[in-house]
Amino acid sequence: MNSLYTDQLTVRIGDTTACRELSATFHPGQVWSLLGCNGVGKSTLLRTLAGLRAPTSGRVLLDKLSLDSIPRRQRAQKIGILFQEQDPAFPATVLETVLTGRHPWLSPFRGEGEIDIEMAQQELSRMGLKGMENRALSTLSGGERRRVDLAALVVQKTRVALLDEPANHLDLHYQVDLMGQLVGDWQENEGVVIMVMHDINLAMRFSDHLLLLFGGGEALHGRSADLATEENLSRLYGHPLRRYPASRHSFFLPE
Amino acid sequence: MPTTHPRRTLLLLLGGAILTFVVALSFGSASISWLKVIESLRTGATSLDYTVVMELRLPRAASAFVVGGMLALAGVLMQVLLRNPLADPYILGTSGGAAVAALTAMLLGWHSGLVSTAATVGAMFSMALVFFLARGRGDWAVTRLLLTGVVLAAGWGAGISFILAVSPSSHLYGMLFWLMGDFNDAGPGLFRPLLLIASLTGTMVIARNLNLITLGEDRAEALGVHTRAVRIGIYLLASILTAAAVTLAGTIGFVGLVVPHMVRMVIGPNHSSVLPASVLFGGILLVLAETLARTLIAPRMLPVGVITAFVGVPLFLYLLRSGLKRQDP
Repeated sequence: MNSLYTDQLTVRIGDTTACRELSATFHPGQVWSLLGCNGVGKSTLLRTLAGLRAPTSGRVLLDKLSLDSIPRRQRAQKIGILFQEQDPAFPATVLETVLTGRHPWLSPFRGEGEIDIEMAQQELSRMGLKGMENRALSTLSGGERRRVDLAALVVQKTRVALLDEPANHLDLHYQVDLMGQLVGDWQENEGVVIMVMHDINLAMRFSDHLLLLFGGGEALHGRSADLATEENLSRLYGHPLRRYPASRHSFFLPE
Repeated sequence: MPTTHPRRTLLLLLGGAILTFVVALSFGSASISWLKVIESLRTGATSLDYTVVMELRLPRAASAFVVGGMLALAGVLMQVLLRNPLADPYILGTSGGAAVAALTAMLLGWHSGLVSTAATVGAMFSMALVFFLARGRGDWAVTRLLLTGVVLAAGWGAGISFILAVSPSSHLYGMLFWLMGDFNDAGPGLFRPLLLIASLTGTMVIARNLNLITLGEDRAEALGVHTRAVRIGIYLLASILTAAAVTLAGTIGFVGLVVPHMVRMVIGPNHSSVLPASVLFGGILLVLAETLARTLIAPRMLPVGVITAFVGVPLFLYLLRSGLKRQDP
């Protein structure tokens, strides 16, 4: 149920190969972190997993159906994606932006109803944005914008959540509490979370599985416990990292 | 964002539209008596006042309203398409492309149906050029877009000059006046009002899709919008609307820029209200411009395009300036 698979997936953008013939299964209840250096193709791979970009070869499947065979609307009810920051062309308010997440669930002839607005407001107050519903997006700080986008993703109510650097711009306590809550919610609802992470320690904190992109199409995937070794991560970032065991999970610091 | 009640604004605009029609019918080089007009309406006997109002001013006002609505709607659609509030059929050369094609068709002596078709093809061609030339790494950079549009518009301008230069002098005055925005024609006919209503209805059904596309193509696609189909649809519609406006009234600038901008300032960016409000406001504005054009230096007439440019140019410059400020805090 609701597993996301890649079947011999190759993703190439220009001269960069993000992954070559990758066959991985993302099971319900798992939280994956996608790690790699800048420009290795993490965001491109994430967009391919969302069905927004055709694979160079191979397939991405959801519930045994190839993503390109699922109608857009249904796909949008099952897979949600948080992009890196984008500037809207026209001024929009916080509430309007959050409500965009409800689009896949609304009929074209009816606008957002009470339930949708209530849902959006509930998420906004969880994100610490209560009372800012009518603020223009352009007046918010980077971290506030990020939380608005997160709220929009949550109200989309998808089983699969793909997050491109979700912790970007977030203050420390939001990184820890909010991310922890959101990831926990998806896990509890038997969802799949795959997130591009910049901070290896934040990734270790929230995810139980890792997908490492080494560049040149080489990739490793599996349980964090198996993959998070000094050797793997030092090679991944091209810089020696040392592992420091802590109570719940290990920390990695550059030498 | 002051997202005031859209429904109230729309009702106000509807009232405003009726009021502007009354104004447009009342003012002109000849003063008329409404009593006589109403009497003629009642008894069926024609009087001079009745003729002036019903056969001269009403068709012109109706044409102006329809053209204003079409240009404003084309502007909204182009702004969504290019994700840029400065897009406008006149500024980006779409009207120019339509005008060159239409003038060429006229010069070749084609009949009016073919002139309209030529204008539509010209508009589509010009917009496609802006599209492909201004496309920078999958995104629309503001400067590149505007530069491409402005250069194209200048090119079309030269094309127009060329056609005028080689045209027989008997055609010249009419062509010039038509180019600058002229409502000498009879009424708007049946096709154009129907086109406007159908376009408005159709785009209002997909209004939420338009909202999402302004947030970014990827984001819209991820939320289930068939962005390619929607964009092709609004591209065709914007071209057809521009061509329909140009073939009725010549090139009238800045309506597509000024109207959606002011509408968004008042009722926010939601297209389910931006679309009808822009059509109404565009209509109102052009009816007023047309009335001014008739009365300012009466009994002579100004081209309507001159009036809209007087309003549009300062506003465009102001928008460009404030937009630049926002990018560069």
